[in-house]
Amino acid sequence: MFVSYKWLQEYVDLSGITAPELADKITKSGIEVEGVEILNEGMKGLVVGHVLEREQHPNADKLNKCLVDVGEGEPVQIICGAPNVDKGQHVIVAKVGAVLPGNFKIKKAKLRGEESNGMICSLQELGVESKLVAKEFSEGIFVFPNEVTVGDDALELLSRDDQILELGLTPNRADCLSMLGVAYEVAAILGKEVKLPKPEVSAINESASDYISVTVDAPEDNPLYVAKVIKNVKVGPSPLWMQTRLMAAGVRPHNNVVDITNYILMEYGQPLHAFDYDRLGSKEIVVRRAQQGETITTLDDAKRTLTTEHLVITNGKEPVALAGVMGGANSEVETGTTTVLLESAYFVGAPIRKASKDHGLRSEASARYEKGVDPNRVRAAAERAAELLALYANGEVLEGSVEADALKVEPAVVSITLDKINGVLGTEISMDEVQNIFARLQFVTKVEGNEITVTVPTRRGDITIEEDLVEEVGRIYGYDYIPKTLPKGASTPGKLSDYQKKRRIVRRYLESAGLFQAVTYSLTNETKATQFALDKREPVKLAMPMSEDRSVLRLSILPQLLEVVKYNSARQNDSIALYETGAVFLSTEQDKLPEEKEHLAAAITGLWQQHPWQGEKKAVDYYVLKGVLEGLLARLGLTGRVEFRQATVDGMHPGRTANLHLDNEKIGFVGQIHPNVQKELDLKETYVFELSLKALLEAEIAPLQYESIPRYPSITRDIALVVNKEVVAGQLSDIITKAGGNLLREVSVFDLYEGDRLEEGKKSIAFSLRYFDPEKTLTDEEVTKAHEKVLDAVKEQAGAVLRG
Amino acid sequence: MEQRLVELQQEALEGIKKATDLKEINDIRVSYLGKKGPITEVLKGMGKLSAEERPKMGALANEVRDVIAKAIEEKQAVMEEEEVAKKLASETIDVTLPGRPVKTGNHHPLTRIIEEIEDLFIGMGYTIAEGPEVESDYYNFEALNLPKGHPARDMQDSFYITEEILLRTHTSPMQARTMEKKEGKGPIRIICPGKVYRRDNDDATHSHQFMQIEGLVVGENIQMSDLKGTLDVFAKKMFGEDREIRLRPSFFPFTEPSVEMDISCKICNGKGCSVCKGTGWIEILGAGMVHPNVLEMAGYDSKKYTGFAFGMGPERIAMLKYGVDDIRHYYTNDVRFLKQFSIHE
Ligand SMILES: [Zn+2]
Repeated sequence: MFVSYKWLQEYVDLSGITAPELADKITKSGIEVEGVEILNEGMKGLVVGHVLEREQHPNADKLNKCLVDVGEGEPVQIICGAPNVDKGQHVIVAKVGAVLPGNFKIKKAKLRGEESNGMICSLQELGVESKLVAKEFSEGIFVFPNEVTVGDDALELLSRDDQILELGLTPNRADCLSMLGVAYEVAAILGKEVKLPKPEVSAINESASDYISVTVDAPEDNPLYVAKVIKNVKVGPSPLWMQTRLMAAGVRPHNNVVDITNYILMEYGQPLHAFDYDRLGSKEIVVRRAQQGETITTLDDAKRTLTTEHLVITNGKEPVALAGVMGGANSEVETGTTTVLLESAYFVGAPIRKASKDHGLRSEASARYEKGVDPNRVRAAAERAAELLALYANGEVLEGSVEADALKVEPAVVSITLDKINGVLGTEISMDEVQNIFARLQFVTKVEGNEITVTVPTRRGDITIEEDLVEEVGRIYGYDYIPKTLPKGASTPGKLSDYQKKRRIVRRYLESAGLFQAVTYSLTNETKATQFALDKREPVKLAMPMSEDRSVLRLSILPQLLEVVKYNSARQNDSIALYETGAVFLSTEQDKLPEEKEHLAAAITGLWQQHPWQGEKKAVDYYVLKGVLEGLLARLGLTGRVEFRQATVDGMHPGRTANLHLDNEKIGFVGQIHPNVQKELDLKETYVFELSLKALLEAEIAPLQYESIPRYPSITRDIALVVNKEVVAGQLSDIITKAGGNLLREVSVFDLYEGDRLEEGKKSIAFSLRYFDPEKTLTDEEVTKAHEKVLDAVKEQAGAVLRG
Repeated sequence: MEQRLVELQQEALEGIKKATDLKEINDIRVSYLGKKGPITEVLKGMGKLSAEERPKMGALANEVRDVIAKAIEEKQAVMEEEEVAKKLASETIDVTLPGRPVKTGNHHPLTRIIEEIEDLFIGMGYTIAEGPEVESDYYNFEALNLPKGHPARDMQDSFYITEEILLRTHTSPMQARTMEKKEGKGPIRIICPGKVYRRDNDDATHSHQFMQIEGLVVGENIQMSDLKGTLDVFAKKMFGEDREIRLRPSFFPFTEPSVEMDISCKICNGKGCSVCKGTGWIEILGAGMVHPNVLEMAGYDSKKYTGFAFGMGPERIAMLKYGVDDIRHYYTNDVRFLKQFSIHE
């Protein structure tokens, strides 16, 4: 809502308070003022000029040579390019020395050989938005509609010496969608009176009811319909003051009849509609729900097909307006209109919202109906419009109005105790102060002991419960005066859950290991959604996506993370290490929430370690990322419970990928992206993992228990085993561990050999076995006994031969 | 004989003095003090001496031996020291060459902000409540006093999956879920961080996915002054002890009264500048007293219990704290952006 500071003064005395000061006060007590616009900022030297002569420029088809009286000395010659400039007009002249917005200085000039002493201006050149300039002036200069004095300050006449407060209204404060509403608010803040307009209509000796009848067939949608008839109207421009106020409020002037209905809309917040009575096609108004498939051509010349959810105004036969949204073209007020049927109605929000949404028509009127208008202003607005039509459109108002009234207006009555007010706010406000606050808001109150009963005016439909009253008291009292305390009473221990604690550990570990945390989007396209998914279900789809690329929820993090790798690679960053934790979404039954699982994914590419001047360079490989994972598992106490099993995963390198199994349950995979996929994505060799973080963090582990530090030496035996190439280290290590018994404490691989010195199809893996007894010093004999069992087992179970 | 011993001592000391390396010193030791050395030779001739002279000569011989031995030792020590110094000098490195880098990553800036806020409130007795990102219309709207058809639903244009299921538009559903779980009994202090989604075109200030962090306190006798005090603690810890806060009335369907909290602008100290658009204040978060309908719907008796709630955007807070100028940076994950958040003030 745009509020003209000058216009507002018609209703509230603002003496002694500037527009910015007022803005600050309004903001602090409830409605955010998003900006204060100074309309004449940076402008000077603009006066009213009278075009005495106009002829075509001798050397230019599109230029006019004008002789203009600017109210001082001899008339001056001004060259003007506007097509609508003409002799006899009163226009805005920027004299030599004038300044226009953007620090545009007017100088004496020669245009195609003819002298020009100033400039005749359009409204746009004064900084008015094009969409607010009346159509007749939109392509040319502005012409004053009524008598003005040559040489007078043009900015003042156009009310450009005004400031506009832009209110950011929350949905509850629809009452401030009108100048009167704002006036009540400002009066309450400043502790001043509101001066309401008092329409005075002298009706002619003819009755409106002889001209029209009103029937409402849908009273629940339209509880009150008021019609007035105004005769002998002369359609023409509205007075300048009205045009400038409309422009200040963000409304484009049209003609006096339309401008008056818009003016009332802005002043009272009550939408009005003017029909051309003679084009109505009947002498009756019938308000009803539209029939399915019925059509109407609205003012914007669009043919609209209606449903039974839309409300229409009809002439008894066919629709003449889409109620509360837009009038019909068939009954539109035109230049030749002489009799106007004025509609002021109370429509409820729902059917109006439906119609405006279905037809994509959001108007100032529909916005107000949707949020709720004040039922008590319907009649007053009609009277005020009639008054203005008589004054500014030469109209003759017929006696009375024709109404269909099923409206029951009951103002809300809410009681509250002083204790409740102070209890919620944490204040010590007295009953006197509370009463005073409601008085300023012009709410009627009655006090009985500790309780105050408030009758809320119908304009404040947002106030229905005690808490609403608390808010009114609080905001007018001033939140600045509320003390600062901390919650008292029973408290709760503050802590992270085990899961949250462990997740933080995972993040910190991965970061110390060299990975950066990324955060990517959950919404993606259908192809990416299931790529690399651990659980390939049908992705969860949005009903109305904004784009194909953000149409479904992800089932895996990797595709998004790889996009990030790609983005960075394209920016001269070859070595990248990233991880992300976040939800993936698994569809369940129709109409049930999907299952959300937290996943952990990582991607590395390029060099892992580098220290160039010492010649050290280590590129990423499978074992780098596996090492990171093993470190993580160790941190989470899961070493030994997670197995890496050679696996085939879609999109992954078939020979360099392992599935991770936690206690035999598959929880994810690690490996190299398939070279084809790497190529598609423009990636270099990239290693990734994705696994269920939930599974990792929720795995129960035994509580940490101290183990005594060895007091006796351990004995290490190394063995090199020759096996078939298919035998994997993990398998051997498992056999060794099982066979080694209690004394075997550690098994580690220290060498791998595949080459000429071995038979074709064979490889040698060397293990270091550490034996140890916590109770005593081991004897060679004991170790040999255990070691022999190991050798037997690997020979028997894996065909391993001790390498000589 | 005496003469001979004095000469030997003289000779040896001169030799030691001239010696230039440890080998020469060692040679001197062997030649003078060894079993076949001249002193031993001299002592062998002692048989010819008288009984009185013998001990005297013996003592002298020992004295000479000691003097030589001591001189050798001293010279040796000096030489060893020199040797070590020489060796160390040859080992000198360029200490200004770069060290071997330790590879580290760091938190995403949004995680950094969220954890900072979480920790701050954990210190005040809050726990962290997390919930689903895909929500039912009931928890996302209805339980928060936003029935179907409520005009304020337009404030949060949403991504629906079915008519009843949508991507949550705020983390407030966790408030309703938590209260419901408590079955209307006992105090609540929670912080709810997480991802939320709204139908917005991505640009410098809008993102269809963003983070939110909300707080909820419910108890007997929770007052608006408690909200103000809590937010004051938050603002000072997060933005500096010298920040002031102000509450401005606002509107949210799930709170009544509703407020917005501003902090005094750090750049101009409240005088007004371009960052605060001349107001001296910067908007940080929305808050309010929990609407009685919200309490009642979740099973809390609104006559007995009151509460406050607040909610804010980590993206905006990171923008204010670190000067990030485009919300898209958070989701593009340019490493040159991410790595700037490794420093801890
Ligand atoms: Zn500032």
